[in-house]
Amino acid sequence: MTLREQLREKISAAFYRHGLLCASYPVPIILFTSASILTCCYPLLRLPLPGTGPVEFTTGVRDYSVPSHEPHGDLGERPDWYRGPPVAYIQQVLVKAAVSPWDSSLVPVDVFRSPLGRVFSLLEEIRNHVHSDSSGSRSLESLCLQVTGLFPGLRRMQSVLPEHGCLLVSPGNYWQNQRELFDSDPDLLKTIQKHEPKGLHTSATLRDLLFGVPGKYTGVSHYNRKRVVTYTITVVLSSYDARFLGSLRARLKQLHPSANCSLRDDHMVHVHFKEEIGIAELIPLVTTYIILFAYIYFSTRKIDMVKSKWGLALAAVVTVLSSLLMSVGLCTLFGLTPTLNGGEIFPYLVVVIGLENVLVLTKSVVSTPVDLEVKLRIAQGLSNESWSIMKNMATELCIILIGYFTLVPAIQEFCLFAVVGLVSDFFLQMFFFTTVLSIDIRRMELADLNRRLPAEAGLPPPKPGPLRPREVPPPPRPSPHTITLQTPAFRNLRLPKRLRVVYFLARTRLAQRIIMAGTVIWIGILVYTDPAGIRTYLAAQVSEQSPLGDSGGAGLPPHLAVAPVFRGGDPTSTLSIHAAPDPTPLPENQSQGHHGSGRSGPLPQAPPAVPQITWGAEDEEGWRRLSFRHWPSLFSYYNITLAKRYISILPVIPVTVHLSPQEAIETRHPQDTRHPPLPVPKVSADLQTDLTLYKVAALGLAAGVLLVLLLFCLYRVLCPRNYGQNGVAHGRRRRGDLPCDDYGYSPPISEISPLLLRGHSMDIECLASDGMLLASCCLAGQIRVWDRLSSSSSGCWEQRDGWDGMSSATEPEGFGSEGCDCAIGRDSLSEDEAYPVRRRTALPWPTLFTDQPDLTPLIDTNFTCQPPSHLSTPPRGGFDFGGLVERAYMEHEPPSPSAYPAPSSASSSPPSGAKLQRSPSLGDAAGPLIQDRASAAGGQAAADWESSVWAMELRGNLIAAGRSSGKLELWDAVEGSLRCRNEDGVSGITALAFLNNRIVAARLNGSLDFFTVEIKKPLGLLQYRGPPGRGSMPPSPCYSSEDVISLQLTRSIQCAHQKPITVLRAAAGRVVTGSQDHTVRVYRLEDSCCLFTLQGHSGGITAIYIDQTMVLASGGQDGAICLWDVLTGSRVSHVYGHRGDVTSLVCTNSCVISSGLDDLICIWDRSTGIKLYSIQQEVGCGASLGVISESLLVTGGQGCVSFWDLNFGDLLQTVYLGQSSDGQGVRQLLVLDNAAIVCDFGSELSLVYVPSVLEKLD
Amino acid sequence: MGDSTVTRSQQQLAVSQQTQQHQQGPYVSVITNRTSNLVIRGAMLFSVGVFLALVLNLLQVQRNVTLFPPDVISSIFSSAWWVPPCCGTASAMIGLLYPCIDGHLGEPHKFKREWSSVMRCVAVFVGINHASAKVDFANNIQLSLTLAALSIGLWWTFDRSRSGFGLGVGIALLATLATQLLVYNGVFKYTSPDFLYIRSWLPCIFFAGVITMGNIGRQLALYEYKFIQEKTHQD
Repeated sequence: MTLREQLREKISAAFYRHGLLCASYPVPIILFTSASILTCCYPLLRLPLPGTGPVEFTTGVRDYSVPSHEPHGDLGERPDWYRGPPVAYIQQVLVKAAVSPWDSSLVPVDVFRSPLGRVFSLLEEIRNHVHSDSSGSRSLESLCLQVTGLFPGLRRMQSVLPEHGCLLVSPGNYWQNQRELFDSDPDLLKTIQKHEPKGLHTSATLRDLLFGVPGKYTGVSHYNRKRVVTYTITVVLSSYDARFLGSLRARLKQLHPSANCSLRDDHMVHVHFKEEIGIAELIPLVTTYIILFAYIYFSTRKIDMVKSKWGLALAAVVTVLSSLLMSVGLCTLFGLTPTLNGGEIFPYLVVVIGLENVLVLTKSVVSTPVDLEVKLRIAQGLSNESWSIMKNMATELCIILIGYFTLVPAIQEFCLFAVVGLVSDFFLQMFFFTTVLSIDIRRMELADLNRRLPAEAGLPPPKPGPLRPREVPPPPRPSPHTITLQTPAFRNLRLPKRLRVVYFLARTRLAQRIIMAGTVIWIGILVYTDPAGIRTYLAAQVSEQSPLGDSGGAGLPPHLAVAPVFRGGDPTSTLSIHAAPDPTPLPENQSQGHHGSGRSGPLPQAPPAVPQITWGAEDEEGWRRLSFRHWPSLFSYYNITLAKRYISILPVIPVTVHLSPQEAIETRHPQDTRHPPLPVPKVSADLQTDLTLYKVAALGLAAGVLLVLLLFCLYRVLCPRNYGQNGVAHGRRRRGDLPCDDYGYSPPISEISPLLLRGHSMDIECLASDGMLLASCCLAGQIRVWDRLSSSSSGCWEQRDGWDGMSSATEPEGFGSEGCDCAIGRDSLSEDEAYPVRRRTALPWPTLFTDQPDLTPLIDTNFTCQPPSHLSTPPRGGFDFGGLVERAYMEHEPPSPSAYPAPSSASSSPPSGAKLQRSPSLGDAAGPLIQDRASAAGGQAAADWESSVWAMELRGNLIAAGRSSGKLELWDAVEGSLRCRNEDGVSGITALAFLNNRIVAARLNGSLDFFTVEIKKPLGLLQYRGPPGRGSMPPSPCYSSEDVISLQLTRSIQCAHQKPITVLRAAAGRVVTGSQDHTVRVYRLEDSCCLFTLQGHSGGITAIYIDQTMVLASGGQDGAICLWDVLTGSRVSHVYGHRGDVTSLVCTNSCVISSGLDDLICIWDRSTGIKLYSIQQEVGCGASLGVISESLLVTGGQGCVSFWDLNFGDLLQTVYLGQSSDGQGVRQLLVLDNAAIVCDFGSELSLVYVPSVLEKLD
Repeated sequence: MGDSTVTRSQQQLAVSQQTQQHQQGPYVSVITNRTSNLVIRGAMLFSVGVFLALVLNLLQVQRNVTLFPPDVISSIFSSAWWVPPCCGTASAMIGLLYPCIDGHLGEPHKFKREWSSVMRCVAVFVGINHASAKVDFANNIQLSLTLAALSIGLWWTFDRSRSGFGLGVGIALLATLATQLLVYNGVFKYTSPDFLYIRSWLPCIFFAGVITMGNIGRQLALYEYKFIQEKTHQD
């Protein structure tokens, strides 16, 4: 054993133990993991929150000095960006100007024209201000930020923004800072509006930049009720000179005293801007995130076969994310501060850490044997994958270590994060995810247990397979039977789910409703939030009507407030449309004046109308109302980035300007008065905002319509009417290519192996079961009964007894008859006379109930040379076994009589002795007939071993067997004795139905016989044996061996059908027959009365389904499927689904499943008759169908059984029955009630326990 | 198992193939049709190549520009118009060439054939570009060594086939040569005139790109391969 193997073994064992631990104590482990995650993430709280919003830091003005570049340890409250000089200092001069007292002769334009005009004189003042002291004189030119040219892409801004010299921004820039241009401008608003961007810019527009206050606070509009115009002159300084600024401040205050201004001017705010993310940078970022999500999607899509797929996917993503958080937290804890942009490297970290391990773990655990305990499954799954996980981990660590030695700081940091992330991810996988997985698996088991409980209620708890080692992780067990998980590529055929969603949408009209509601809400929001919309209107109304609405109106006496409100109809007002928001000037003016004088009465040199202008706390830092992109965009026009830098905003200088009406009239432009005073510009302004609103609305609507159209198109493209056909054909994996995973990892082999019940020598012809017993009949005429041991919950069936109709002591005869049967087929029954094979039936064993293992070698040795499938191909008559049989006969002749003293009475039993009054000894002797074929030629054979069994039914412990010779026999399934027989009919029994104690036999000649089984009890006790079959069936009585059973022909309908009856089904007190004469007939079971003759098929009937709910489905050779109402005899629906015969029909509560000769399985909606989808199978597969549960379909194929999910049409699993799969198709398939299926597999019976996994798909 | 069984099953299979071909819808037939499949794959690879070229070009442009004025979305298309189509064509060729060579060499690529792995590969490729654009390296040798190590790591993690490596190296060298020729002839110019800078990172990026596109191409070809495999099974 090499070192590597030792290591591997050790790792595997360690993982096994760890898996046991995790699965044993899930809750403590999850708690522990969560606690450790939280602990590791705790240092993250100290990190700043991500985001691009600016960060502020306030210092005092007085002791301000430019911060040094070196970080100071002691200044704890200083942010670390506060180093070095800022990009610029911003000094704003906030101007509030108003014309006062307001005169009724003034036009609305006067509100802002003359106040704006004052900006030029102020600008002059600021520009020309010179401060001189001992250190020399300084002007603005020397201090301000000199700019050199706009950014090349901004040609249109050229006329407005200063291109050279000081960066000084004011509304005067609209007119190139020239008073003449301003004075000659006929329409100021138009000039301002001209520069507004056409698109939907909400912040940092040119208007905001120049005015320095948000647009709605400027008061530059025609309907400015307060008649105060606010704007700022923004001076950007490159260096800070306290004395110059102080003198400027003093000068401006002196010139334009702000009377009631109490703004604080002792704080300056430093604003730090994060890195700006532009669109150009965003595109690669978005791309990486898209790739990340695609990666996560493709990864989690592979999680399969668990209880909650999405839960596990979530757990996987949580594992990765929290491991990343942990790594960042740990790194910060140990002093490493992240300098990388988290948002950028995050996708790469996720990709590096990856979800692979999680998926591999899930897959490995899921593919462990289902019948093991959860703990063991987890442990096994872990240990199976331990080596590859460790190997991957080591490789990744190596790669990252190599990356660490590149010595590039950024890559080193990345690698450090990745290493810590990998380790913590490993930790989380091992503890968190494994535990979640174990919980999931346990939930699955519980759900499964609940489902199975009724069937196994009385049984002891399941024992794990005794063969599996418990403690040591088992090596992959080589097994011939593989379960193939389906390929991921074929998983996308989930059509019916889509269909369901669409149905749901259509049914509830959800889409329309959501769209309607969304539109209403959206319009509401738009109307409410639009600046020109209803909110301002409402606010205006409120402030109009309520005296308290106006600012600072607290002291207003109420009686004054009412007065102005109802003067809306004042003749001076030209507004008729919007009368309400525009009050008459006079009363308001008075009231304001009154209010103002009341408040600021003691002020010196204040004219009566001064208090129109008020200064509040909101003016102190007016820039806060601006968009946080205001400053970056201003600087970006000059190609200066503020990203990762800061600016210092100095306290604002308040300037109050009062203008007299005389001044206002003087500065008027001639056109101002010519304008109709209000409505025109107002409407245009209104129109402007309204137009944007409409634009938004139209765009939104168009987008919505487009989206709906797109969805519709998508639906049309993706969901064509013909569901299954256009999709990818379901490839059933062949045995050859093992499902090798893309990682070079093949899942552990085989968790369920079908149980083969050997014993028959020939192909199995009939299968019957009543839940407890299983009877099978092969072509050789052997009937075998299999019983299930009560303790064999793990799927072990034990052959209880075996008895042969035809003695297997002389196998060659069986051989011969096999050849006959195969050649003859069903149609030509009487042709076995064509083979003058000398036949004899030898004695059965003295004890009928020998254990089968004794028998098996005998059969096998005789028949291995000649596989049964081969026998069906030779042309009829090509074999003459005469000589062979003769010899064998000679060989066997002597021992037979000696070994078994044949009661000669049996051989001479009367030919018409149909009702063999049995006694135990006679029953035993019923078989041993030595008979010459010649003597049997007249149909006088007593026990009739020559004819083959064509139909068989099993109820209770009675087996009804219909033979090709027309004889009906009742056998005791437990004892293997012939209880009675009926030889009335001559035509072969093609189908049998055994319901309650009635037997219906359909014959080849089209007649239908009803028999009643009569039991004469000597002791008069009738015991019930075990749980009956399916719950809905009437309990089958148990016949004890003492009972005398007789078979009475109650009624025989001679011409039930014109042609041979092909199908016979009985359920719910009805017997339904289908025949080749294209008709279906319904009989009542009690009185054998024909209720309906259903016509509708244009070919012979090949398949019929009827169940307790009285639903009748029939399929014919024409490929049509009809659904009938049994109560009325009317046809519910009629669909064509197959090209060729319908071979099998099954219904579930919601759908009808049909299979045809064209190897297509169609699934129809039961109520509407619409084809939901179809599954194309391989050739020769589709004959047998079974439904295990509402959503699980079983089909037999070439040597395999396939499980399908009915809801989606997905192939769930294919279980191969044996080594040599080819050539032997599963023709019969029987679903037992405890979710097991029995199917024939050549000469063997195969019992497949449906893996519980199949039902656990979410 | 006699001959008759074989012949019978063959007959059955022949019939089944006919019926299947008849029944498989247009989608399947398009997929299985060799030419149209090739065209579809080529188109997909082309679009992927164009997209990646645009995005990565943006990354490279970012290296030299500090801040974007608001209306410079057009910088996506800042390079010459023919660069993205060229990249697209090249990636289509590479993506088709890889499965083709795999087929000719007779060693189908079995390693990590699934979409999640392909996505991972693409992410790592973008990450390499990102690193080369964003991370400041001390000198060009460090940059080229790092990129080379990363590219080789990419190949080892996602490809591990000798043919892939050979093809990658060959195409990378060819492409570098072509680019240099273009630069010499003045058809194409880099923002940074540093010759060494270009030479150092270009081959590695090309190599990583070739590996990535080959991975995508192989994954796309896998669909056709699956169908063909099924067919051969049926035959």
